[in-house]
Amino acid sequence: MKKLLKGGRVVDPSTGRDGQFDVLIEGDRIAKIGKNLPIDGAEVVEIPAGYVIAPGLIDMHVHLREPGQEHKETVATGTMAAVAGGFTAVACMPNTTPINDNANVTSYIVAKAREANLARVYPIGAVSRGSKGELLADIAELREAGCVALSDDGWPVRTALMMRRALEYAGMFGMPVIDHCEDPSLRADGVAHEGCCAGLLGLKGIPAAAESIMAERDILLAELTGSAVHIAHMSARTSLRAVRKGKEAGIRVTSEVTPHHFTLTDDYLNAPIPYDTNTKMNPPLREVADRDSMIAGIADGSIDCIATDHAPHHYDEKKVEFDHAPFGIVGLETAVSLTFDRLVHAGVINMSRMVGLLSTNPARILNIPGGTLAEGALADITILAPDMTVRVAAASMKTRSKNMPFEGWELRGGVAATIVGGRTLFNNPDAGLTV
Amino acid sequence: MSDETLPVATALRHKDLLAISDMTPEEIRLVLDTAEAMKEIGSRTIKKVPALRGKTVVNLFFEPSTRTRTSFEIAEKRLSADTLNIAIASSSVVKGETLADTALTLEAMNPDMIVLRHSSSGAAHLLSRICKSSIINAGDGTHEHPTQALLDAYTIRSRKGGIAGLKVAIVGDLLHSRVLRSNVHLLTKLGAEVWVCGPPTLIPVDIARLGVKVTHRVDEAVEGADVIMLLRIQLERMQGAYFPSLREYFSVFGMTEARVKRAKDDVIIMHPGPMNRGVEIASEVADGPFSVILDQVANGVAVRMAVLYLLAGGVEHHEEAA
Repeated sequence: MKKLLKGGRVVDPSTGRDGQFDVLIEGDRIAKIGKNLPIDGAEVVEIPAGYVIAPGLIDMHVHLREPGQEHKETVATGTMAAVAGGFTAVACMPNTTPINDNANVTSYIVAKAREANLARVYPIGAVSRGSKGELLADIAELREAGCVALSDDGWPVRTALMMRRALEYAGMFGMPVIDHCEDPSLRADGVAHEGCCAGLLGLKGIPAAAESIMAERDILLAELTGSAVHIAHMSARTSLRAVRKGKEAGIRVTSEVTPHHFTLTDDYLNAPIPYDTNTKMNPPLREVADRDSMIAGIADGSIDCIATDHAPHHYDEKKVEFDHAPFGIVGLETAVSLTFDRLVHAGVINMSRMVGLLSTNPARILNIPGGTLAEGALADITILAPDMTVRVAAASMKTRSKNMPFEGWELRGGVAATIVGGRTLFNNPDAGLTV
Repeated sequence: MSDETLPVATALRHKDLLAISDMTPEEIRLVLDTAEAMKEIGSRTIKKVPALRGKTVVNLFFEPSTRTRTSFEIAEKRLSADTLNIAIASSSVVKGETLADTALTLEAMNPDMIVLRHSSSGAAHLLSRICKSSIINAGDGTHEHPTQALLDAYTIRSRKGGIAGLKVAIVGDLLHSRVLRSNVHLLTKLGAEVWVCGPPTLIPVDIARLGVKVTHRVDEAVEGADVIMLLRIQLERMQGAYFPSLREYFSVFGMTEARVKRAKDDVIIMHPGPMNRGVEIASEVADGPFSVILDQVANGVAVRMAVLYLLAGGVEHHEEAA
């Protein structure tokens, strides 16, 4: 089975390609890339002018909720949302029920992913047993079962000593430790960014320093141990300052930012819907200076990845008092459009950098296959339609939960098709091509 | 400048009273003017008018409250509404029902208004999105307590003849106070010069953006003030290390007779209650000649009658228009 993608603009930072190339897919691999490749019995897909052929996008921070919270999401619904959002692979956080802190849970997730047979799923194992921050999880077993990184996401790694040990031990396997940076004493029972908006609305604040203190700590510990630390869902300009300083010093620190943190600010707490629980996330939506700083960090390369922190919650759980609602929003199916609209079309980054943020860099940080259109590589490909008009509608989303504040937004740029291992798993009916 | 020369609205624009921040100065004056008429009803031998006859008002209180709930209930009864009190102890919440489901259940019985007191900021907004009936916010978390600010404004106006140009000093726990937020919005909208004062640990971030002056020196706050308003210090705040001790709080911020002397000769002393004597306010000041604390309570009934009356009219108006 051969398929020839003809006439698209190939953008692949891993090989330095950016231009008009044909892509020949044979089985689950990319067989050849070149100008005017012969058809040679392949099924030809004419790519419309302006469309971009990118290595499959990778979301290194999602919550698939299975096992244990299947009313919010499952591996099957989550990976269906992933391919609809242009992602050929996702890395899922371990805060399931039970926590993914042992090989049984990892194997269960891997089996569910195989059953669903959609986007590739790379589990992230817990740093500590039960993510309690007391004893290390069985990291070698987690790795053996398929985990590619470690995190106690949802909770920070509480003590500096535990973080040090985790970095040292995980470093032996070359696994990065991904930290949800938040000092619990400063965060206390806060529910929104500590700033003018939360103050006015009478919402308990989470200061930016709660995140940055721990980011600073983790970067120091990465320096101490020589291991790699990745700062999850960075939101505060003071954390970015710490990351920049760390990178300048040659410390192995990387970071990601979510689409909502480069798009929204805490003003959304009050308008258009006051106390909208779909504006409640952790880290919280920060103030304008922080949001702008995230954009600047994306532009200058200090930020390595865009990751969604896709956090599905049932509508019952969100239809409560702001104080009582769970943190988080879904993001898999809006990330590409927000990145196009807010970053690419706004002139912040070019197409190649977008692919770097969403594919090349996450593959490199997690040390997983993909993130490249090199000949012989897996045929994980996302075809992007930079000028497609996308109207965000929860009702048409594949994710089981619909919690997000972007309903009705009109954005420029979307996903035309998603190919995983040579199989077309998503074909946007609005894109005007059949892959 | 007197407020009386300024324009007054003829109706409230919204079906609900959720926050002073949503109100225009004209709407605020309309409530205060309407309260004047309501006050007179309270001084009659038969303290009852049929304005809300046939209307059902539910007082839904998820937090213990004596003065606010009593004040609303008396106001409703003086307007001949059918009232129903639901307090947390007897509600379905203990059975695990959500606020949204409680609201829908009540709504199914078609009340005209729901007066809500709740410990979460924004709870009244949640109800207003779910319910067709008018929602009156009787205090939501640390957000707003609009009828308290209206009765405070009424009290100030009746003593001072107006609000614009007055120096108002608000001293106490600003961070956790819904009374503070409502009063800051209201008083700045009506042109008062508002000073807020408390320890830095109890002041909301960026409060100065609301056009108030912030100080940690109580003498500066009360210097030449027309109005001093004290806010309650909740005793459990000491555990949160917001300040070292009640004794120290009183010595640094407590409103004593000596401090009151720095204010204008005709200063009025206000407190939304309940008071902690010897913490935020000395008993001599609370019971002294400048105190209008009981006037506030008395005016609360008239102001709440005005709010109920105007919102009921607003509903009819809305239905006619539709």
